[in-house]
Amino acid sequence: MAAEFQQQAIALAKQQSVLGWLTAAREQGQSAWQSHAWPTRKTEAWRYTSLLPVENEQWQLSDAASDALPQTALSELIEIDAYRLVFVNGQLNAELSSELPATLVSFADADADQQAVIQQHLNQVADQQTHLFTALSTSLLQQGVLLHLSKNQRLEKPVYVAHINDKANAKVTNARLLIVLESGAEAQVVEHFFSTDDQDRGWINAVTECSVGANASLRHHRINLESEQALHTGSVHVALAESARFNGFTLANGSRLKRIDYHIKHLGSGSDLQLNGIYLPRHKQRVDYHTCVEHVVPHCTTTEVFRGVIADSAKAVFNGRIHIHQDAQKTLAEMSNRNLLTSDQAQVNTKPELEIYADDVRCAHGATVSQLNDEALFYMTSRGISEAEARVMLSFGFVNELVEGVELEALKQWLRPRIAHMFGQTDQLTRHIIHE
Amino acid sequence: MLTIKDLCASVEDKEIIRQLSLEVKPGEIHAIMGPNGAGKSTLGNVLSGRPGYEATSGTIDFKGLDLLDMDPEIRAREGLFLAFQYPVEIPGVSNMELLKAAVDARRSHTGQPELSAIDFMKMAREASKAVDLDQSFLKRGVNEGFSGGEKKRNEIMQMMLMEPSLCILDETDSGLDIDALQVVARGVNAMRSPDRSFIVVTHYQRLLDFIVPDYVHVLANGRIVKSGDKSLALELEAKGYSWLEDEVA
Repeated sequence: MAAEFQQQAIALAKQQSVLGWLTAAREQGQSAWQSHAWPTRKTEAWRYTSLLPVENEQWQLSDAASDALPQTALSELIEIDAYRLVFVNGQLNAELSSELPATLVSFADADADQQAVIQQHLNQVADQQTHLFTALSTSLLQQGVLLHLSKNQRLEKPVYVAHINDKANAKVTNARLLIVLESGAEAQVVEHFFSTDDQDRGWINAVTECSVGANASLRHHRINLESEQALHTGSVHVALAESARFNGFTLANGSRLKRIDYHIKHLGSGSDLQLNGIYLPRHKQRVDYHTCVEHVVPHCTTTEVFRGVIADSAKAVFNGRIHIHQDAQKTLAEMSNRNLLTSDQAQVNTKPELEIYADDVRCAHGATVSQLNDEALFYMTSRGISEAEARVMLSFGFVNELVEGVELEALKQWLRPRIAHMFGQTDQLTRHIIHE
Repeated sequence: MLTIKDLCASVEDKEIIRQLSLEVKPGEIHAIMGPNGAGKSTLGNVLSGRPGYEATSGTIDFKGLDLLDMDPEIRAREGLFLAFQYPVEIPGVSNMELLKAAVDARRSHTGQPELSAIDFMKMAREASKAVDLDQSFLKRGVNEGFSGGEKKRNEIMQMMLMEPSLCILDETDSGLDIDALQVVARGVNAMRSPDRSFIVVTHYQRLLDFIVPDYVHVLANGRIVKSGDKSLALELEAKGYSWLEDEVA
């Protein structure tokens, strides 16, 4: 069954028309993809998330939208003054995209120098021997985006990469983003995935690689709000050089299958990682975050905070691992995962892991699973607030701190009402947590 | 305003209030005093509708309505307010959000137009000033990291904004220093009016120096064992509660 699906993907790869200079990378990817043992329920990394939705489908390659996108689709784009690249069903849509600076280019438009940068960096940060779906991404590599800032370069505006799926059929879309920041460079990036069709049954496999040079700083946001029928497998790989900073934020609803991996390596001393995440599955959705932070060298810091509100009969998985290598003395690492179950059927499997091989480090981790606080509910209803609205306010309150922590003001303003509406579907229930 | 007749109430099947009757007319301040375990806090909780506090018999009429038949939020919208003995901390929900939701709910229930965000902000600022809370408290999580005194002042601020017709203060004086006590009392006294009533539940007479009651009731073993005017509070202060318990027994 499994091997069968791996073969299916290779057959799909053969149907693609490909940029010649990517052929070598694709071949490496395909060989890595085929050498992976297909995960079973006994495979630790996939213990709580079934790949059946991927296996039980005859996938086709996605193609560009045949018709113009409905206006409602465009209104779902984040209102942010940014360099914007919009992909519709995996194809770059020039009309919806903005003018781009020379440092930001789609793979298809890359000049010889940029092609060299891509070839040099691709799969250097992401390890496709470890990450199954990164190998798939490289196997199917065709479209992609490169952001390459040279020494001390700083973009005037954030980069906004949107992936819209608008088909209600089983198409597979491959997305790839490569960010290379040379020393001292600074960038802000927003990746946004969504469906225009509630019945979107597409699958997007999205890999982001970030090489953050010495003293460089990357603020990265990944917003996953596809239809609940859609599948998403994705990963964000980050390598931090000396005194580099990565500030990550991620938000996801759930769907039939949604699996997002973060793999971050501190490779230069003095580097700093802040990673915040929110997952909000409801109905029968599934969401699975796996994070792995490796401290390879001394004097680096990690602060990781994930919070989930799991409603109805949804299921969430959080597996956060911090690995302190033998040489990584003076590491400061903290990880916290808090979960709120708002129904009796909701489930979460949380597993924070610390693996420490150095002896002079300060590390802490914690995970909690709780329900809505009855005392707080009564306090609010005793102030005249309906129980339904109180539940929405308390659910939002559980993640509010992380929403408020989003520094990109336009994104924060955009997020608030959308998150609120995941907890309460009417304005009556959300109006007191959405302020102008 | 409020008529309690032969109320019996239980918590976890244990009877705490036994055959309690009380009449509070508009504009009156009633103090309920009594030793620990007498049922003082239970009375406030039954009145506000806290889950787990069950009225097993008797009736409570609130402004012509059957109070026991109403959910807590409806009681609040009708104008009943309980200032908590232990206000709850709610991180992530700001004081301002809670207050606006509360006041909107009360106003729309009583057919008053909703306040604009700006008008409400003005009102909230004034209220916070009146209880000596810095405006920054409006933006903080509800009671999050507040000191004991700040929590109690926050309760009074909520009460001012809700403009209730019946205010129940559940041991609002506990844990307050004399300055905070005066702030609380000033807030309450500023709210006194001919159509607003207060039930002040307290263990000590001290609060009643500042909030002067029309009636003082002594609660023991779940029933009112003695009622009088404010001089009863002074007598209790001097003699303690035991003589009353003996007298009843």
